Amino acid sequence: MLLAVPDPWIRWDYVGRHVPDIWADLVEHVELTVIAVLAGLLIAIPVGLLAWRYRSTRNGILAFTGGLYTIPSLALFALLVPFTGLTILTSEIGLVAYTLLILVRNIVVGLDGVPADVRDAANGMGYRPFRRLYRVELPLALPVILAGVRIATVTTIGLVTITALLGQGGLGKLILEGLIRDFRTPLVIGIVLSVALAVMADLGLGLAQRLATPWSRE
Amino acid sequence: MSFLGEVVSWLADPAHWSGPGGIPTRLEEHVVMSLAALLTAALIALPLGLTLGHYGRGGALAINVSNVGRAVPSFAILVFALQLVGVGATPAFLALVALAIPPMVTNSYVGMRDIDPELRDAGRGLGMRERRILLRLELPNAMPVVMAGVRTAGVQVVATATLAALVAWGGLGRFIVDGLSQRDFVQVFAGAVLVALLSALAEVLLALLQRFLTPRGLRTVRAVERNRARAAQVPLSEPAT
Repeated sequence: MLLAVPDPWIRWDYVGRHVPDIWADLVEHVELTVIAVLAGLLIAIPVGLLAWRYRSTRNGILAFTGGLYTIPSLALFALLVPFTGLTILTSEIGLVAYTLLILVRNIVVGLDGVPADVRDAANGMGYRPFRRLYRVELPLALPVILAGVRIATVTTIGLVTITALLGQGGLGKLILEGLIRDFRTPLVIGIVLSVALAVMADLGLGLAQRLATPWSRE
Repeated sequence: MSFLGEVVSWLADPAHWSGPGGIPTRLEEHVVMSLAALLTAALIALPLGLTLGHYGRGGALAINVSNVGRAVPSFAILVFALQLVGVGATPAFLALVALAIPPMVTNSYVGMRDIDPELRDAGRGLGMRERRILLRLELPNAMPVVMAGVRTAGVQVVATATLAALVAWGGLGRFIVDGLSQRDFVQVFAGAVLVALLSALAEVLLALLQRFLTPRGLRTVRAVERNRARAAQVPLSEPAT
């Protein structure tokens, strides 16, 4: 870094010329995140119900998802690359894998938290197990499950930046570009927008959680 | 040769086991950097979280610091540190310390707050001073949750030290990053295997440390279950508003 003139943190003329590109990266970032969280939920709901209903499967399932979570993100993507290439599939498999621990665990803990007397009351009113699940137990577990969705989403937004190394990455591409070209403007834009996206997702999902579960307010 | 066969021969190649770019050197860099960062962060985070928890002050800060930490991608922290202090080990170290602090502050705070207040009263009744209550009564009881925070932070540090290869530092991540830029997927895969093994080892060692530091009375099955439920709540529950 032998720059005679220090590179300013941001050059607005560059930003002005690249608004459409930056917008496209932002949209890609949101898309990668939404796909990962939705796919994660599609897998985590049946798996979470299985782990909750059949206690014998629980330790195995939680150990497996926990093991996935322990593998550093860069290594997990790297382990997939030889098989699925530098594709969006590689990114999504990795991103979904990381949502699983959070989502499955929150589903199990949320359902476990339903008081036994509430369950007894539902049984006494003649609820069958399936109807009891979706009319009584799932609504009561919803705050914890939605908290999991919120944490998974915020975590995924951060992880998406790393998939820039695989040629996706949304805002991560801007950070990587700034890093490679030793040019601060795209780097700062990438960082600021990804943090802003994570904060907005956190606040937005927190609000959605409050609106969706008015009964959990004290 | 099959792909996995190539990976095995890459790992078995003596050329990859010597010199400044060899596996032992990279492993040593990775381990030394992770330990230094985790210890530094612990020296900052644990006294802070434990003190806040003891006095029951600053709960919003102690809990929200984790939420903020989660919102900032570790890649972004690394790149930002690089811009501030230049390439090399320093930005990697600073970024790792910054990442490791939030989970330890939050868990040590929550661990202290969750102690049965009657225990504290009993300590006062026995004439224990504040300092003694904190160190001899509260800390041992909070230990499982505090150590869960150290464990989370440790695993995260080892993982992010891999990313430090992106900011021109060494560590095992070099194999992955260099392999990706050269499209040498054998090296990418071999590097990833090494990183995954190291993080699994870190997880196991930290779990053993957590168990070792937990007082025997809290290791009974019921206590372990109770603590697991509590520890799980740290990332699960909503920030206390």
